[in-house]
Amino acid sequence: MSAEQLAELSDLFVVAAVLLYVVAMVGFAIELAFGRARPGKAGAAERAEVKQPVTVGAASSGEDAGTVSEAPVAASADAPVPAPPGGAVKAGTVALVLAWLGWAANLGAIVTRGLAVDRWPWGNMYEFVVAICFAAVTAFLGTQLRHNVRFLGGFVMVTAALGLGLAVKVFYTTAGPVVPALNSYWIAIHVTAAIISSGLLTLAGVSGVLYLVRGDGMSRLPSRADLEKVAHRAIVFAFPLWTFAVIAGALWADRAWGRYWGWDPKEVWSFITWVAYAAYLHAKVTAGWRGKAATIVQLVAFGCLLFNLIGVNIFISGLHSYADVP
Amino acid sequence: MSVQELEKEQAPKQGGFGPLAWLRWAWRTLTSMKTALILLFLLALGSVPGSLVPQRGVEPDKVAKLYEQSPALAEWYDRFQLFEVFTSTWFAAVYLLLFTSLIGCIIPRTATYLRELRRKPPAAPKHLSRLPHSASFESGLTVEEAARRLRKLRFRVVTGDGWVSAEKGYLRETGNLFFHVALLGILLAIGAGSLYGYRGNVLVVEGDGFANTVAAYDRFMPGNQVSAESLQPFSFTLSKFKVAYQVAGDKRGQALDYSAHLKVNDTPSAPTRDFELKVNEPLEVDGTQMYLIGNGYAPVFKVTDGKGQVAFEGPVPCLIEQKTTMTSGCVVKVPDAQPSQLGFLLRFLPTSVPLTNGDYASAFPGELNPEVKLLGAFSGDLGVRSGKPQSVYELAEPEVLKKLKPLVMGSAAPKPLAVGQSLELPDGLGKLEFTGVKQWITLQTSYDPGRFPALVAAATAVIAIALSLMIRRRRVFVRTSGGRVDVGGLTRTEGSAAGFAEEFSDIVKALSAGEKDVR
Repeated sequence: MSAEQLAELSDLFVVAAVLLYVVAMVGFAIELAFGRARPGKAGAAERAEVKQPVTVGAASSGEDAGTVSEAPVAASADAPVPAPPGGAVKAGTVALVLAWLGWAANLGAIVTRGLAVDRWPWGNMYEFVVAICFAAVTAFLGTQLRHNVRFLGGFVMVTAALGLGLAVKVFYTTAGPVVPALNSYWIAIHVTAAIISSGLLTLAGVSGVLYLVRGDGMSRLPSRADLEKVAHRAIVFAFPLWTFAVIAGALWADRAWGRYWGWDPKEVWSFITWVAYAAYLHAKVTAGWRGKAATIVQLVAFGCLLFNLIGVNIFISGLHSYADVP
Repeated sequence: MSVQELEKEQAPKQGGFGPLAWLRWAWRTLTSMKTALILLFLLALGSVPGSLVPQRGVEPDKVAKLYEQSPALAEWYDRFQLFEVFTSTWFAAVYLLLFTSLIGCIIPRTATYLRELRRKPPAAPKHLSRLPHSASFESGLTVEEAARRLRKLRFRVVTGDGWVSAEKGYLRETGNLFFHVALLGILLAIGAGSLYGYRGNVLVVEGDGFANTVAAYDRFMPGNQVSAESLQPFSFTLSKFKVAYQVAGDKRGQALDYSAHLKVNDTPSAPTRDFELKVNEPLEVDGTQMYLIGNGYAPVFKVTDGKGQVAFEGPVPCLIEQKTTMTSGCVVKVPDAQPSQLGFLLRFLPTSVPLTNGDYASAFPGELNPEVKLLGAFSGDLGVRSGKPQSVYELAEPEVLKKLKPLVMGSAAPKPLAVGQSLELPDGLGKLEFTGVKQWITLQTSYDPGRFPALVAAATAVIAIALSLMIRRRRVFVRTSGGRVDVGGLTRTEGSAAGFAEEFSDIVKALSAGEKDVR
């Protein structure tokens, strides 16, 4: 296939991914809408609360043989949540399959674009946003493989579909070479780390928004405790990666611009984002800041991340102006 | 921890508020997590203007422009040090407070950590089934064997009468402490770099040389502790500069590669070596780096004056007016011309094409059909010898320019000159000849002794933060009695219970595995 054909194929893949994500979103929405409402504090919160009183050597006397769990199976798995009706579950399963297909199309778009331009396919804003959407969906599907987070599906899908739509409508750039400054193996290291952490942080951001939208009472939306857990875990994973991305960026800047840190607008905003997520992690372990306050801090940090990824490229000129936004 | 903090904060209030109590209160408030949080917010917030207001260190030209356009606003910005946010007093106040707070947090935590390292895991609780993770199985497992197997899983183990207590995950706090110390290290490295390092910018034309001395730089920015003798004595000549451009498609004209061929002498006595300087591939001489940061055209002119003598000959670096086509503006000053000084304003077109309106423009940034278009030729005193500082990219100050006598002006100017062509000035005042094209490059030298320490500290920070966030502190207890084995486990890290379930079931598997190991 020629480079032009590959580039066209890549564009088709993006459109396919958007469509699949939208249909998957509808499926996930059906599952939520027809599923049962849950109380505000389900799952993790209960378990966490149980943990406290037993931690220090329980002092009651006598062996209680009544609670012997069977064989080497780990006890106390997820607390049983009432099962929703069958149809809703089916819709959710179909949605999950469609989400995987959309993921594959998204991956296909990235790979064919990379082959068409014969370089790492994140040299401009369009390619970058497509890759971040892919990373966010990967973060969701990857988590789904190990823990049941299907309740987030619809919201991740709508975010990814909107992201791809934005990329196609606003940032689209035809496949082509990049400026010499981007011709470095550092693009593979620095930008990849930024993409993966942004994907994870998007997952956390989606959970954070849902946390605030949903009250403390009964709701069809996932419980606050679950949302908080997903967000926290994504950030715990993404924060070191983001730290690495920033430092890899500094190493690249040292190669390309003659200083490792020069307060270029992009550098300023990565620093702000980093500090904001650090504040979130500290808030999580500070009395009176857990829960809602920590979630707000997280969303502020996510806002900084989004501004850094998109706003800085459009509104502020600096050394990172490779965005190629038409 | 937070509970302890609260207690500590309340404690001194019971006694009187002497100066010592105030000090203690201030220190505790400063080192509390809440203060750290607020300082983190302030640090983030304080950085914002650094990206919105032009910074002197990054874009001095934009700062100057702002002073011209709205002097009142610029004055106010300057009053709050907004043109140099990251070296301002208030920004320093925030990060110094934050780092003090950090130190105040690290020291006691390190002490606690060292004590914890020496402390043995606590005795096993009686009822293991009440722990968040528990399991039981029938087995002849002895306490010694259970301890051995847990040790093999790298647990720290204590045994007692019919019980084993094991703990693991101490690296979490190690990572946490190292991360925060590494942040201090980065700050110190940056500080050292700005004291003992220097940066310099210089423009070099093809065929010319450069020797690393303060005088050779167009702009030199030394740290406080840098002296002229401390510069590494290397030198080089720029033999050739090449640019590759995209020639077809809708990205036509985009630069693909820059490369500058240098002949380098690392020291005055060292042998000459060839070096290809590229973007992303700086020249390195003993800790000093030289980077390729810009390029442009320098057409070569020869000016013969009214007396028939060559008054000027050489390349003239031109400023880029339009990046996509490399259309550049050039100024040629000939103060040595007789009977009167001469000055020329020219436009260099690397790929000159005629337009329908009779004008000429550049169609491509590469040098395919280089021509220069005369915008104006003047005679009269250029004011070069007035002693006032002059810009080489400006013919003269506006008031001086008004007094010059225009010889040839824009619209009346003839067709652009191709290489080898010349233009006769009226009244026999002289001749301008366009003899060839050279290119110039701008280079940045930087020497930063804090570079390597900063890298070490940054790498430590990344590894340490990963350890600190990924590892969980966990405890496993085993009780054996009459062929029945109870195992219980818990994590001491918030939000990691679900992840631990898997590991716990593996531990139980390892403990209940194959009787053959049980002696």
